[in-house]
Amino acid sequence: MKKLLLGNEALAQGAIDAGLSGVYAYPGTPSTEITEYIQRSKLAKELTIHSQWSVNEKTAMESALGMSYAGKRAMAVMKHVGLNVAADVFMNMSVSGINGGLVVVVADDPSMHSSQNEQDSRFYGKFAMVPMLEPSNQQEAYDITKYAFDLSEKYSLPVLLRMVTRLSHSRAGVNVGNSIKQNNIHLPKNATQFSLIPMYARNRYNYLVNIQSDILENSENSYFNEFIKGPNTSLGIIASGIAYNYLMENFESGKCPYPILKISQYPIPKKPIKKLFNTCKKILVLEDGYPFIEEAISDFLGENRNVIGRLSGAIPRVGELNPDNIANALGFDIVIDENLPKVVSGRPPELCVGCGHRDLFDAINKLKTETESQQVFGDIGCYALGALPPYNSIDALIEMGASITMAKGAADAGIHPSIAIIGDSTFTHSGMTGLLNAVIEKTPITVIISDNSAIAMTGAQDSSASGRLIDICRGLGVEENHLKVITPLHKNLDQNIDLIREELNYNGVSVIISQRPCVQLPKEKKDKLKKIKNVSLN
Amino acid sequence: MKTNILLAGVGGQGILTIAAILDTAALASNLHLKQSEVHGMSQRGGAVQSHVRISDTKIYSDLIPQGKADMIISVEPMELLRYLPFLKKDGYLITDSNPFLNITDYPELEELYTEIKSYPNHILIDAKKIAKDLGNSKATNIVLLGAASSIIPLSEESLKQAIKTLFQRKGDRIVTKNIDAFNKGKEIATETVS
Ligand code: SF4
Repeated sequence: MKKLLLGNEALAQGAIDAGLSGVYAYPGTPSTEITEYIQRSKLAKELTIHSQWSVNEKTAMESALGMSYAGKRAMAVMKHVGLNVAADVFMNMSVSGINGGLVVVVADDPSMHSSQNEQDSRFYGKFAMVPMLEPSNQQEAYDITKYAFDLSEKYSLPVLLRMVTRLSHSRAGVNVGNSIKQNNIHLPKNATQFSLIPMYARNRYNYLVNIQSDILENSENSYFNEFIKGPNTSLGIIASGIAYNYLMENFESGKCPYPILKISQYPIPKKPIKKLFNTCKKILVLEDGYPFIEEAISDFLGENRNVIGRLSGAIPRVGELNPDNIANALGFDIVIDENLPKVVSGRPPELCVGCGHRDLFDAINKLKTETESQQVFGDIGCYALGALPPYNSIDALIEMGASITMAKGAADAGIHPSIAIIGDSTFTHSGMTGLLNAVIEKTPITVIISDNSAIAMTGAQDSSASGRLIDICRGLGVEENHLKVITPLHKNLDQNIDLIREELNYNGVSVIISQRPCVQLPKEKKDKLKKIKNVSLN
Repeated sequence: MKTNILLAGVGGQGILTIAAILDTAALASNLHLKQSEVHGMSQRGGAVQSHVRISDTKIYSDLIPQGKADMIISVEPMELLRYLPFLKKDGYLITDSNPFLNITDYPELEELYTEIKSYPNHILIDAKKIAKDLGNSKATNIVLLGAASSIIPLSEESLKQAIKTLFQRKGDRIVTKNIDAFNKGKEIATETVS
């Protein structure tokens, strides 16, 4: 049966059909639809597949590991920068290994459509020494996910499945096959495997290192790594993942004259690369993200290599691939035209009309005119748009949770007022520990939690913070007199400014919860929120 | 046959609905299809685009190469022009004439119209008004789809069936209104082009 599916959805369906028992994830563009698809799937519901959002990526990956420990198949899903948050458990579970199949799906965002950086997750896969897969189209996203679980159980290792934005968010017809039954609970034969105290860890690490040649051989013989012959050996092409599609787009006949090695499984298969290198005068490497393959083969092919790609400048070093920059690398005469008629002006994203963050930024900006030294540390969420005109309210924003800790460091350096603006979900994701740190040291900072009761930027998923913020802050030791709630509405502007000003002047930790639901929430969610007892201090 | 359609607009204007209709109709017609779309931050009032590719042979790339779009359908005149480098020589431009004003330096409308009219194959219509007159201003996108339908390689029947499938959930009244919007768009386009 052919189903119309996004790359992300095809992957999710593949996981369901592979006997998945649980998906653990924190939303993040471009990965979000994978978990949403499983949450909406009737089949997944019948099979009682666990699919609730986790508080952050680290907890997600640890829970997936726990499910795998119990013998069932689990998946952890996140965007590339989310893997940084979960890197601790990821690196260690490659040593402990897994029991039930465990697939870690990471969606990279070349060109930074919705992210702070372009980091390439394949480096993490190599770093952890685990097998890696990278589908090139929607059908492969489905097929490869099923295969990933088998591969994971075969080696008792987690498998990293890398997606990129374009494949995640592009639709095609996908042939969907049968689903297999979920694993029963079965505990690990050798439980010491999962206790990474040094004496056990050394054993497991030996296993991991020793098995590398097997994993390489498996990759070299993988069905997903294909050597495609071509008559013209003046050039050999290595195309990984989605790059293969952009390459083939350049040949009307559907036939490329050059030999191609299509890579969708890693470690980088050495044998076919050597074969390509022995037959071709020059090698062009096409890969979305960093020059991962190009760099590696430039090393093992030695000094006299003739390898071109992103490193050599044949493909731009930054940004995503497309049929046009590949056409250029192939030497086709095309001019990449970026000139638009003069009448076209830019249209950056902006906060929705009626959004509560707007009223909060209005207040912050008023206060900025009163002091020279005020610094505002922002965070990741819709409110990051407060760094752009017309607000320009935010001075710095780096990654999830850094607002509070950076504000603390700046305050330690003598900056006053030092303000952190963080969303409700980002706060529970990775702001709480930083707040505790500030409370313990009584650091003079003002933390404003802009609570819109949702993870709004990725499509209004439930926030773990809803209805709990006051209790959490109290629990972390924020003083009762400096824990305030405001409603960011235009009519409250003066009142809110007065309250914030007062807290800015306090020589210790203040928390202000600026509370108004995101206007984009669907009605059912708004109703549900009303039922969660509205927190109030009075 | 290979047709590349670029859909343009501002987040929330319904270009993904047009894409979904094209997808559904193409799949039902047993054609190959690829459709890329934009999720995440850019949806917040920023420019968005979707590439739709329909063919009777295998399609590789999810993105349309530059200069290969057979048409650009836009829900807004300036967004139409943003994707001009993708347009084929003699490709079609189809757009609503009403601007989406959420930026301070929005260009003079007349300049935009002049630019659009300098292309021989253009359909510039007040789709918003047409939709409003039909009692459903939300259907502006469907009016534009109707206006483009005669140059889209999918049968009118399959497109209408796709509209039915997609709007069924919202009830018969909404289905009918959207079919009306489609018909009206098609009718007006025929008048302006001939
Ligand atoms: S989605 Fe919600 S939180 Fe984000 S800008 Fe719009 S109203 Fe504000």
